[in-house]
Amino acid sequence: MDTLVAQYSRPSGQQEGYSQDEQQELLQLTPPLSLKFALPPIAQPSSWLRAMTDDYSNPNCPIKIAHGTTTLAFRFQGGIIVATDSRATAGNWIASQTVKKVIEINNCLLGTMAGGAADCQYWLAYLGMQCRLHELRHKRRISVAAASKILANLVYSYKGMGLSMGTMCAGVTPQEGPALYYIDSDGTRLSGNLFCVGSGQTFAYGVLDAQYSYDLSEEDALDLGRRSILAATHRDAYSGGYINLYHVKESGWVKHGFSDTNPIFWKTKLEKGEFSNVTSELE
Amino acid sequence: MRGATILKATDDKTRELNQHNLMAFSGEAGDTIQFAEYIQANIRLYTMRNTTSLPPPAVSSFVRSELSRALRSRRPYTVNLLLGGYDTITDTPALYWIDYLAALAKVPYAAHGYAQYYCLSILDKHHHPDIGFERGMELLRMCTDELKRRLPVDFKGVTVKVVTREGIREVEYVDDKPVKSA
Repeated sequence: MDTLVAQYSRPSGQQEGYSQDEQQELLQLTPPLSLKFALPPIAQPSSWLRAMTDDYSNPNCPIKIAHGTTTLAFRFQGGIIVATDSRATAGNWIASQTVKKVIEINNCLLGTMAGGAADCQYWLAYLGMQCRLHELRHKRRISVAAASKILANLVYSYKGMGLSMGTMCAGVTPQEGPALYYIDSDGTRLSGNLFCVGSGQTFAYGVLDAQYSYDLSEEDALDLGRRSILAATHRDAYSGGYINLYHVKESGWVKHGFSDTNPIFWKTKLEKGEFSNVTSELE
Repeated sequence: MRGATILKATDDKTRELNQHNLMAFSGEAGDTIQFAEYIQANIRLYTMRNTTSLPPPAVSSFVRSELSRALRSRRPYTVNLLLGGYDTITDTPALYWIDYLAALAKVPYAAHGYAQYYCLSILDKHHHPDIGFERGMELLRMCTDELKRRLPVDFKGVTVKVVTREGIREVEYVDDKPVKSA
């Protein structure tokens, strides 16, 4: 009986937290970060993948991966603005104009998608799962730093095997405040105030850098994010469709529409007189 | 530039074709100056023979036709051009964008090379047809600042020339302030 009691009770001081054994047990329960995939029986998976899928080096490649994007995110006094276009291209073909490139990991964390659509979708969904598991294990929400590191370590474990993604993780947590990280499939992980990712990044940077300041008002920040994506959709053939706009605040993220670029472009041109290289008259 | 060495930091990559037409060029070393000076000499010859100078549309057509003729020869010129001109008869400025394949476009603002990717979006937003000289210089500042901020190479400053009714003049451009990145 005494042995039974000893087994199921412990001194009151040890009641909080986990014991050494339990921690060990929990650690072993955690699955390894990278999943086990069956790889094709080929010596160099990356060069094989390039031969099959990279239409830049081989225009006749049998598989065309969806690419081409403009995504941006920046920190400012009121939180973080996240904006993307919505076009997916496979070679010269516009595969979709209605892609959701902002992935809602949970109600405080957003991820963006650039590069291979499938890679981003799959691994950000996987990140969402890991974040939820973290929450259940530790009884508090994961920090943005930790979430971004899960993704960075994950993609690094697949380095050289042909993953293609450039993503940003944006979120506000009580520990860190507003935090923004850039992660790409090379294994780069950077924290920063402002990032643009994708084929249209330079055009977005042009507009954003010229007027960016940390002290931007909420309205100005939303307008600048929207206008930067518009600039990129106008000049970059691989960006377009709809502008997806989010604002991440302490209370969670708020969506500010998924709006068609075409009417926004003409409204901007005709009301503000911008885009003076485009004519609105029929000759 | 030769390999990884800068030979000269203040090279003037423009040529005055006549009193109101300025040509800026970039591209293959050697080709650029040869072509620019060939065009310059022929435009001057025309002015001397006819005692009248060619207006910007005529200059642009001539340059384009020479470039396209060379393109179909054994050794074409690999040069990209920007032609800035002022038409003293119609009293209007004109800008022409010409690439090495002899495509010509009349545009309100232009750039060649990587600068296009950074500057055109800025100009799309901030350029208006009725801006004055001061505002124009502000836009130029926004563009050079962005290039200093984001371009991985140091292009060692810019040469600024202005074409007006009065002719062509070089403008002092102080560009020594470091640009802070966000």
